[in-house]
Amino acid sequence: MNLTILIVMAVLTGVLGSPYVTDTDVTPGSDSAGMSAHPNSVPEAADGTEVFHEEGVVEEEGVEEDVMATGELNPSHYPAQRAANVVKHYLNTRYGSPYRWVGLHKVHSANAEEVAESGRKYHLEISVQEMTGNTTEKCSAEVLFPALENQRSPQVQASCEALLTANTTAQEEALYQQYRRNHTLLSGHNLPDSYGHIDPDMKPLWHLGGVASSFVMLKESTENTLYNMAQVANVTQLETENDQLRFNYHVLLHDMVSQEIIHWKLLVTWSPAEGVKVLQMEELPKCEHCEVPPKPN
Amino acid sequence: LVCHENQMRERGTGGFNFGAYHPLETIYSWMDTLVAEHPNLITKVEIGRSYENRPMFVLKFSTGGNKRPAIWIDTGIHSREWVSQATGVWTANKIAADYGTDASLTSLLKTMDIYMLILANPDGYVYTHTSDRMWRKTRSRNPGSMCRGVDPNRNWDAGFSGPGASNKPCSDSYHGPSAHSEVEVKNVVNLIKSHGNFKSFISVHAYSQLLMYPYGYNCRDVSHQRELDSIGRAAVQKLTSLYGTRYKVGSICKIIYQASGGSIDWSYNLGIKYSFAFELRDTGRYGFILPANQIIPTASETWLALKHIMEYVRDHPY
Repeated sequence: MNLTILIVMAVLTGVLGSPYVTDTDVTPGSDSAGMSAHPNSVPEAADGTEVFHEEGVVEEEGVEEDVMATGELNPSHYPAQRAANVVKHYLNTRYGSPYRWVGLHKVHSANAEEVAESGRKYHLEISVQEMTGNTTEKCSAEVLFPALENQRSPQVQASCEALLTANTTAQEEALYQQYRRNHTLLSGHNLPDSYGHIDPDMKPLWHLGGVASSFVMLKESTENTLYNMAQVANVTQLETENDQLRFNYHVLLHDMVSQEIIHWKLLVTWSPAEGVKVLQMEELPKCEHCEVPPKPN
Repeated sequence: LVCHENQMRERGTGGFNFGAYHPLETIYSWMDTLVAEHPNLITKVEIGRSYENRPMFVLKFSTGGNKRPAIWIDTGIHSREWVSQATGVWTANKIAADYGTDASLTSLLKTMDIYMLILANPDGYVYTHTSDRMWRKTRSRNPGSMCRGVDPNRNWDAGFSGPGASNKPCSDSYHGPSAHSEVEVKNVVNLIKSHGNFKSFISVHAYSQLLMYPYGYNCRDVSHQRELDSIGRAAVQKLTSLYGTRYKVGSICKIIYQASGGSIDWSYNLGIKYSFAFELRDTGRYGFILPANQIIPTASETWLALKHIMEYVRDHPY
């Protein structure tokens, strides 16, 4: 927003008071009722931990938020959250399976720095949670968002203390063998359905879709996106090749920042030995007359 | 986990299932039942019509008086966020059920009114049932474009058309041709302004598990930031106490993104100090398609936060 307009508005508001017509007396700018704390004290968060006090954050004066914070970041605010979300996608591409779908539990701390000619690098301490279980694990990670002129995908390094070791081997083997033996190829659509319902038998295919989607979401992520998989629109099993189960997926991804639903088609392979791989990925236009939107900055 | 017994009880009189997602017609007829069961507390007010000419109904909870200081709650302005509308239904029932038995709520309603707009975007809601579960916007036609709809939470007169909204009709965050161009928004604006005595404005969305206050259209702190933050943290503490659901608290711009033309920025700038926005469950696993068995837990925990905010508003008249 234009700074001049802001200043004019601020002056007018100060002169006219609240524009709200009321029967009772409204006192504009009245002091925060009930706040007895000293203005400089650091308020406590609901869980008793000290609320983070931002140091070295670039102050915005109401203009477009195009300057990203550096230094120590507030772990609750979006820059740290978006970077942590990228780590989640990375972990899924590395460790995900129909029985291991990683979600973000909490960001403990984060900082960001400009790396000359490379981009911006985040260092994060986070906890992740396997959606299929109840355990959380701590991870340290680094995310490098490349400068615009470079390749687009972020680069991630992460190490997790327990390395997501809930033992899924038996379940994975059983599923793998079961799918291989199928005489009719599996298929499903709307996983979960509009009401959030999903057949227990279809849950592994939902999780697999989520993991496969993370390959796309990792590749597409920037500091201005926050992706989750919204739904598996369609999944069709193909003939097994080279001992890899193969599936065609049509998934809907949700970007929280633009609020767009983006359609992708994926060719996915999986085996317990090789893990999840995405051989082909293709973005679909949102509607018949729409074009695939240009990549955001 | 919600006990089976609770689920049985939650069916309420007439057997309405609060633990399920219902189409518009069912919700509208349930509203009439609720009003008929509580004629001395609730009236149904038609505040206007939607683009496709569906009535927009507000449930007014009032024990009398004339334009008492009032609290506004809207749910479902973004139609795909189904747990929001479902929470609105449960909450309206909760207020009706607890009035007379819950001392705090009863005292609140002695001096204040509560206005609830449960289906703030009726056309969009119908569309999510008939055609596209992921529809967010209104269903207005955009001249010159094949894409329909405006993001009703980018259409308010607060930093309108600034950063954080799109000027493209096909976008899910399209702000529309002008502020309040959407009749769904205009109907609310007219009500709030002509009433003139709202003290709190609360808008309920999903998902992300956040409780936020202004601004969205810029990242500067509002003058009441400390107070709003403190209220938010206390409200979230109450929410978390029920099932351990974790929420974050902060301004829209800092917590989630810069977004212009939002409703609680507009209401705050109008002088409605206690303006808040909720983003309910979950954090992305199910996202918009939250399983129905989470409706009542979500609504129940959210109620604790809502109640805290409302009690604070009651206790801090201005």
